[in-house]
Amino acid sequence: MDKKKITVAVTGLNAVDNPGPGVPVIRALKESDYFDVRIIGFSYESLEPGIYMHDIVDKTYQIPYPSAGTDSLLQRLEYIQEQEHIEVLIPNFDAELYSFMKIEDSMKKLGINMFLPTFEQFEERHKVNLTAFGKKYGIKVPYDRAIFSTSEIFGLTADFTYPVVVKGKYYDASIAYNPEQVLTYFNKISSKWGLPIIIQQFVYGSEYNVIALGDGKGNTVGAVPMRKQFITDKGKAWAGIAIDEQDLLKTTRELIAKTKWRGGMELEMMKTQDNEYYLIEINPRIPAWVYLAVGAGQNLPEALVKLAIGDEVKPYTEFKVGKMFIRYSWDMIVDLGEFEHISTYGEL
Amino acid sequence: MKIKKNIALSDTGFIFNPSTGESFSVNPIGGEMLKMLKDGKDKDAIRDAILEKYQTDDATFERDYYDFVNILNHYHLTEIDG
Repeated sequence: MDKKKITVAVTGLNAVDNPGPGVPVIRALKESDYFDVRIIGFSYESLEPGIYMHDIVDKTYQIPYPSAGTDSLLQRLEYIQEQEHIEVLIPNFDAELYSFMKIEDSMKKLGINMFLPTFEQFEERHKVNLTAFGKKYGIKVPYDRAIFSTSEIFGLTADFTYPVVVKGKYYDASIAYNPEQVLTYFNKISSKWGLPIIIQQFVYGSEYNVIALGDGKGNTVGAVPMRKQFITDKGKAWAGIAIDEQDLLKTTRELIAKTKWRGGMELEMMKTQDNEYYLIEINPRIPAWVYLAVGAGQNLPEALVKLAIGDEVKPYTEFKVGKMFIRYSWDMIVDLGEFEHISTYGEL
Repeated sequence: MKIKKNIALSDTGFIFNPSTGESFSVNPIGGEMLKMLKDGKDKDAIRDAILEKYQTDDATFERDYYDFVNILNHYHLTEIDG
């Protein structure tokens, strides 16, 4: 059977120490038996490594930061679409999702399809709303509260027992053992990601994550649980293993069924000594460790592209338990001319 | 005391718990004991097998057996760890 030719745009080409999911998403699509993909990379910075990986990214265009507003983003996409024939875009950053969701209809008119969560899904799973989310869907979540000012820090002891986790709206989380540390992290994280800052009760245990894809009708297209085996100082998995944890899979399927989740997601769970799971966070996108799911037998990026263009998708029912991923860094040698080109023209 | 059904034990003494992703290594005698436990043998049967094969006594076996079982419990490899 001839593979279906398709052009897919992908963001998150920052394969750095806190990697974006772009490069593994592209690898998954390149290995598809169903699609013959041409990859268009969308970058924000000139030093995102994926820009220079010409064996997997066919062409890269810089796009404006979400803070520039959706008008300039759409303008840029219109220009790009005049050069390319992009059929699907997979955004891979939390911070950009809202912008893309806002212009989804306009993008569709340009012929660019996405498969994103709805506004309601995106908002209700937000870190700020996690307690209400847990209550609504019957999932245990650690007690948390959003704070907007440093003056609220010293009153936290009324509701929290140290240590607590200090979290940014989109990214960054640090464990604080006293109010002074909360103050430091509050200033550090809020200067980068704005307010509010979320204070979450620290849960002792082991961290487990699940990657999953919902079809928007309540069905789980695929799901693979993973346990982090090696964690960087930023809390990111540098090695992990696919595990057979039926409780986690059941929780994931139930959550997707109840929320009718649309698109990729990552559930971050903490398992306590008493074997209880607490939901720490839901990321409304494919995580950077997605290639483990592909290696374990579930090509979820391929399934997501099928969903985006309305092709039939057969749900994955199994995966290879015990498959591991071990991340590594790799120095590319790049000519100054290439850096100059992407920096000057915004494309390469 | 039973070893969880899904625990995998290889001939090299490598143990893998597919529910948690944890892996462990045991020495040859640990592997033998674990295999017997996994086969459903009780303490008396394991003692008989060990005393017959190795130069040890009942008291030493008793102590080492419970040490070993405690470690298995600690790492959630047994059915009774709750």
